[in-house]
Amino acid sequence: MSTKKIVALSAGLSQPSSTRLLADRLVEATTRDLVGRGSFVEVEVVELRDLAHEVTDAMLTGFAPPALAAALEKVTTADGVIAVTPVFSSSYSGLFKSFVDVLDHKALTGTPVLVAATGGTARHSLALEYAVRPLFAYLQAVVVPTSVFAASEDWGEGDGTSTTLPERVTRAAGEFADLVDRHQGGADDAFAAVVPFDEQLRRLAVGGDDPQA
Amino acid sequence: MQFGIFSVGDITTDPTTGVTPTEGERLQAMVTIAKKAEEVGLDVYAAGEHHNPPFVNSSPTTLLAYIAAQTERIVLSTATTLITTNDPVKIAEDFALLQHLAGGRVDLTLGRGNTGPVYPWFGKDIRQGINLAIENYALLHRLWREDVVDWKGHFRTPLQGFTATPRPLDGVAPFVWHGSIRSPEIAEQAAYYGDGFFANHIFWPASHTKQMVELYRTRFEHHGHGRADQAIVGLGGQVFLAKNSQDAKRTFRPYFDNAPVYGHGPSMEDFTSQTPLTVGSPQEVIDRTLGFRDYVGDYQRQLFLMDHAGLPLKTVLEQLDILGGEVVPVLRREFAANRPADVPDAPTHASLVEARASQSAGTPTAHDALVASSAR
Repeated sequence: MSTKKIVALSAGLSQPSSTRLLADRLVEATTRDLVGRGSFVEVEVVELRDLAHEVTDAMLTGFAPPALAAALEKVTTADGVIAVTPVFSSSYSGLFKSFVDVLDHKALTGTPVLVAATGGTARHSLALEYAVRPLFAYLQAVVVPTSVFAASEDWGEGDGTSTTLPERVTRAAGEFADLVDRHQGGADDAFAAVVPFDEQLRRLAVGGDDPQA
Repeated sequence: MQFGIFSVGDITTDPTTGVTPTEGERLQAMVTIAKKAEEVGLDVYAAGEHHNPPFVNSSPTTLLAYIAAQTERIVLSTATTLITTNDPVKIAEDFALLQHLAGGRVDLTLGRGNTGPVYPWFGKDIRQGINLAIENYALLHRLWREDVVDWKGHFRTPLQGFTATPRPLDGVAPFVWHGSIRSPEIAEQAAYYGDGFFANHIFWPASHTKQMVELYRTRFEHHGHGRADQAIVGLGGQVFLAKNSQDAKRTFRPYFDNAPVYGHGPSMEDFTSQTPLTVGSPQEVIDRTLGFRDYVGDYQRQLFLMDHAGLPLKTVLEQLDILGGEVVPVLRREFAANRPADVPDAPTHASLVEARASQSAGTPTAHDALVASSAR
């Protein structure tokens, strides 16, 4: 029986935060689904608020301080990532994007990612589709078809016209678990993969006029 | 083991006084600092190369030749020479000429340069950075070793029957270090040629430097240049010294907090714990520096960054007095202790001339063969 490593990123700024609340619901539903399929599940929730200073430092110095480095490593080696951000000014929060900016651009290649967001009103919900989904598509992650948006009213009776939050959480978690179940891990190691120099020279020589060829 | 300083050559306003040196003042300060480095007993002075403000040193060999004329002993080097955007033909000629003027007191560290616009300003493409470094050095390597070169590559116009002049002093190419912050390809390149590898070290955690140096050492042995522990390793470092730790921290803090590279980011304490930066007493600097050996092994060259971030000339000269007077003598003694006898020193012009002489005594050169055949 395999162990699946799930990392949830929560970019909420308040304590307690509804963003974290949503992350917890998604983690819980995903875990239940994966355990039901016979997997062991290891869950790590990363509160980006705790890393805000280190994220800024990393942007300024070019390297990640210890706690951030540990979080980046967890994300890079995860079998699936749940990414939850508040919607600020019609997009992901600056902290959320800054964390993604200091993440290596290959860190999520092929990794299943479930995207979710919170906001004051359901009128922000498409931010997931025009901002968050393309961001992870750029990173070549496998983004779960169903994204989950929770507006204020979703924590109560909902808007009465669409599916309830628990239904959307369950559906998204099911799709996510499917992808995680099939995911084969294995991050690149730049040091293990160094190209022997003769090969480097040969590539240049046989590349014709364009060494990229 | 060699000890020295390297200078980026930045013009930065002193955050404590608001004073900004002119380009002329900064360049003259670099000369004064280099002469002082020799006076306090350091072995190496290295200057950076930049082609954009706020940096002043766009022409390292001009600066180093001027310093060479006013010094006797110190080895002059670079940190770094841009192998990507400079024409390798001009590098070959500039440094061979400098070798002659400086009596062989010259080596150089090659780097790719990470200022995006410099590439297009010199007609190059930053996405070809690694390929430029590989191809340009392959040509540079030949230009110093072959009197007449035919060449065709991707990045410069072909050469037919070209002789780079002057020929290297005593027919021996300047020793080359390959500098890198993060590219395993460059460690591999240095290993392939049996050249030195210089790890910048100052902007990255020690764990990263350790990985890079280990890769270089392993590949050095793989390519047949000797044992891994005999590879030629240089490290950067960054210190600010005062008689006692508190004075060092108080004096350096405003410079740290406003430094162009890391200012307004991590605290000085965090940056000190995460990188090799040491701000403290001579003993603290000695202890920290000796610790570098724990993760890179016995190495050949330690350079410190001292003149940057707006530190006034007077302060830098005082730093050099402490570094040369109280720190380096202890480091020399301690690094020499327990160092295996067959771990080499950093190559110098004299050692390279000697190595070549003993090599050619064993294996006849084309010239020897010609003499032998005409004698028959």
